[in-house]
Amino acid sequence: MSAQPKDTAPPVEMVEFEVDGHPVSAPKGSMIIQATDAAKIPVPRFCYHEKLPIAANCRQCMVEVEMGGKLVPKPQPACATPIAPGMKVFTRSPNAMKWQRNTMEFLLINHPLDCPICDQGGECELQDISMGYGRSVTRFTERKRTVTDENIGPLVATEMTRCIHCTRCVRFVGEIAGTYEMGDMSRGDSHVIGTYIGRTIESELSGNVIDVCPVGALTDKVFQFKARAWELIAKPSIGYHDALGSNLWLHTKRGQALRAVPRDNEAINECWLSDRDRYSHQGLYADDRAEKPLIRKGGELVEVGWDEAIAFVADGLKKAGSDIGALVAPMTSCEEGALLAQLVRGLGSDRIDHRLRVQDFSDGGPSGATFEMSVEDVARVSAALIIGSNVRHEMPLLNHRLRHASRHDASKHPASNPAHYDISEVHGAKIFAINPVRFEYNFELAGEKVFAPQDFVDAMLCTAKAAGVQGDDRALAEAIAAADDKEDARQWVAALRDAPSSVVVVGDAVTQHPQASWLRVLARAIAEATNSAYNELPSGANAVGLARVGAQSSSGAKAIFDHAPKALITWQTGSQDASVPAAYDKARENAEFYVYAGAFACDGVKRTADAVLPLGLPPEIDGTWVNVDGIVQALAAGSALPGEARPGWKVLRALGAALGVAGFDFVDLKDVHARIAGDLSGQGTGDRGPGQRLPARTTAPEGVLARVATVGIYRTDAVVRRAKALQAHPLNRAPALRICADDARALGLLGGVKADVDGVTLPVVIDAAVPKGCAWIEAGFAATAALPPHGAALSIKAVTA
Amino acid sequence: MKATGNFDKVKDVDPMQVLTAETRAHIDHWTAKFPPDRKRSALIQGLMAAQEQNGGHLTDALMAATAKYLGQPPLYAYEVATFYSMFETRLVGRHNVAVCTNISCWLNGADGIVQHCEKKLGVKLGESTADGRVYLKKEEECLAACCGAPMMVVDGHYHEKLTPEKVDAILDALK
Repeated sequence: MSAQPKDTAPPVEMVEFEVDGHPVSAPKGSMIIQATDAAKIPVPRFCYHEKLPIAANCRQCMVEVEMGGKLVPKPQPACATPIAPGMKVFTRSPNAMKWQRNTMEFLLINHPLDCPICDQGGECELQDISMGYGRSVTRFTERKRTVTDENIGPLVATEMTRCIHCTRCVRFVGEIAGTYEMGDMSRGDSHVIGTYIGRTIESELSGNVIDVCPVGALTDKVFQFKARAWELIAKPSIGYHDALGSNLWLHTKRGQALRAVPRDNEAINECWLSDRDRYSHQGLYADDRAEKPLIRKGGELVEVGWDEAIAFVADGLKKAGSDIGALVAPMTSCEEGALLAQLVRGLGSDRIDHRLRVQDFSDGGPSGATFEMSVEDVARVSAALIIGSNVRHEMPLLNHRLRHASRHDASKHPASNPAHYDISEVHGAKIFAINPVRFEYNFELAGEKVFAPQDFVDAMLCTAKAAGVQGDDRALAEAIAAADDKEDARQWVAALRDAPSSVVVVGDAVTQHPQASWLRVLARAIAEATNSAYNELPSGANAVGLARVGAQSSSGAKAIFDHAPKALITWQTGSQDASVPAAYDKARENAEFYVYAGAFACDGVKRTADAVLPLGLPPEIDGTWVNVDGIVQALAAGSALPGEARPGWKVLRALGAALGVAGFDFVDLKDVHARIAGDLSGQGTGDRGPGQRLPARTTAPEGVLARVATVGIYRTDAVVRRAKALQAHPLNRAPALRICADDARALGLLGGVKADVDGVTLPVVIDAAVPKGCAWIEAGFAATAALPPHGAALSIKAVTA
Repeated sequence: MKATGNFDKVKDVDPMQVLTAETRAHIDHWTAKFPPDRKRSALIQGLMAAQEQNGGHLTDALMAATAKYLGQPPLYAYEVATFYSMFETRLVGRHNVAVCTNISCWLNGADGIVQHCEKKLGVKLGESTADGRVYLKKEEECLAACCGAPMMVVDGHYHEKLTPEKVDAILDALK
């Protein structure tokens, strides 16, 4: 397919040389350490990291090298010495060992001997390497230096006296996270790593500095002093807050998840993990965690046993007949989604959906299709168009791939060291963006346009016209013909078309848009016309999997919000997961019988639910999740279930049997998995026929501000919203009305007054990122729950004190 | 080193406001000497100009502004400013007096010159006079004028073959 990257890289030339007497061959341009790592020959190192630029400043990887039959007289750093044909490398010669031992002694001069109180103890590279390559006795009797700590935020703890200045964190924060917040200050024995001005690391990937830090200088603040490495049991698990499905190890102690660390998977998350996936485990142990089944008796919720609860719920559902509906959280496993769909359909209803943030279902809603270009290949594109997505918040590690593409020329040899390019220059892919507000990307955009939601369709029509899209629908063809002809749109399209590989990334601001069907059709057409892959970000961890097992219907969640069913089941969802939380609340209040099956019995649930069934969250249950690339990941439970909570599939098994619905006579999750295995490997249910009619276009009234309602990075789902450390992070901005200065002046919102937005009082922030004609109010907060959704007109006035 | 805690004060600094037209012209002059994608190279000269504009020391806002003017992360400027001894990152006297105490000057009596300066100015090495007139630089290494040892640098000007009398005359001439 044309969208796939062409393999334009020249064939890799191999170099033959010798390490410790063994013949080794590696690609030309590799460093010694890259070749020895590939050949599994150990060389000690601190500063070298395969995903970071080479710094060669710890000097631990010294080896002896012989070239042309003569020994190189000085020690050579293996990480910064390129291999050459006929080279002989000695990693364990007497000289090499001496150099390594002496460097080790030097690195330990100022390192405190505080391992017993250091969180890194037991999993420390410095401990390991000093054990393996250092002296057994210290000769240093002088005073050691101490360094003042900085508070770099709620996620990473610092103890900078332990730092050995390898600068891995500095290179990570600069080269990978792209925020350039840490650096090396001063010199000589005053040399320290820090931020200088005392700031919080505001990166969505900041937790990775803990992993790259070889010593105990940067440690996990949430995990601090909770356990020793050897007390933990590592269980393979995945991140469930975006559809990337990042692989991670869940570290548990007596069943309790204490921390998460990345599990290497080049195709998904490489060796990184977003903060959202790393720290969300705190949310598992929130105060309002549902631990016992509750049923409403005489107006009060009372604790009961599971048998009674299941019988009560089955009874309630029976009374509703076929008038039932189910709202499913997009993080739900495929098995649970399939069983719930089977239950709802078995009772004669089709009203089940997980796409709670979608308003426009006229084209069936987001199809749950996988990315046309895999996440791994996105890092090698030459051009990209982002449409309505704050990728950095929606899928942090996809953004990392885009940033990589923007900074590295894919045609260059992969082994070449990514040098410190000047950050103001675009060297790699040309990335364009059309967004409702100016999102903060950590890479340089080749072009950026912002349009208020009401102008978004026009902007897309304009781009489609430039791309030469005809439109197979009459309304579409007419609209494209009537669109403006813009020179810069033609340039963007040309850049996409001429690139050897390019991708169109479609995000949340499209998915949530009231005219999403138009936007989607146009985005897809632009991708086709420019030979680009079409990557639509699914909203939610298992949106792809749930679509494949049929846990959605063509009428969508809207059908449930618009006409509340008699009996409503919400599965792991909360009102903040819906684009219109008020509609969600109304549906559960209007339902005669409302079952909350999920992990958190919050106040809203306790007020409205007739039954509360406590369920396990993804890390606590066996299940299968499908990621954006269609990679099916089946995982066993990691941490223990709290209280009497049960895995959802067991609850559904009991409920299905009690209701007498066919297909619930299985004994094991394996049976369910076998039943859906065929669906999971397929391409989903969502592909629409060509005859799909677009809805009539709506035009917003003049002079009204439309809401831009992106979901806050740490407000995406019920677990993240309860993770305290993430909530305290500055990326989690307090709810506010963000508006441009012109609109604020017109509304009299300047001068520190608060705004009344449809009856909700919000602080006003003048934000240059917001275009005229819209107001950016992030979604996912209790304070903004009463507001209309993305794209809807707001009535805003100044609050008079 | 303790963080200055000035992040909130400098994060939105506007280089066009903070840097004078003269400083910016100086930076432009130096930027032109490097390839267009290597603006970072002009940081040292940019910081020199900013320091001069501010009467001998850099503030967090000036460093951030210089970096922003060059399209670099502010952090790059902090790294450079804290690394080089010719940048002062705290308030110091407006005249920078640096007595070389490296080997040649030391053998020729630099210690006595330092002591004389300290006594005359009433401050220790690394301190500024109370009136903000003179800053006696903490430590100065070899400035490549060994033939004229002992020597010192005052506001960038070399003074060689120093005697206490000569030092008196130089220091008294500083306004």
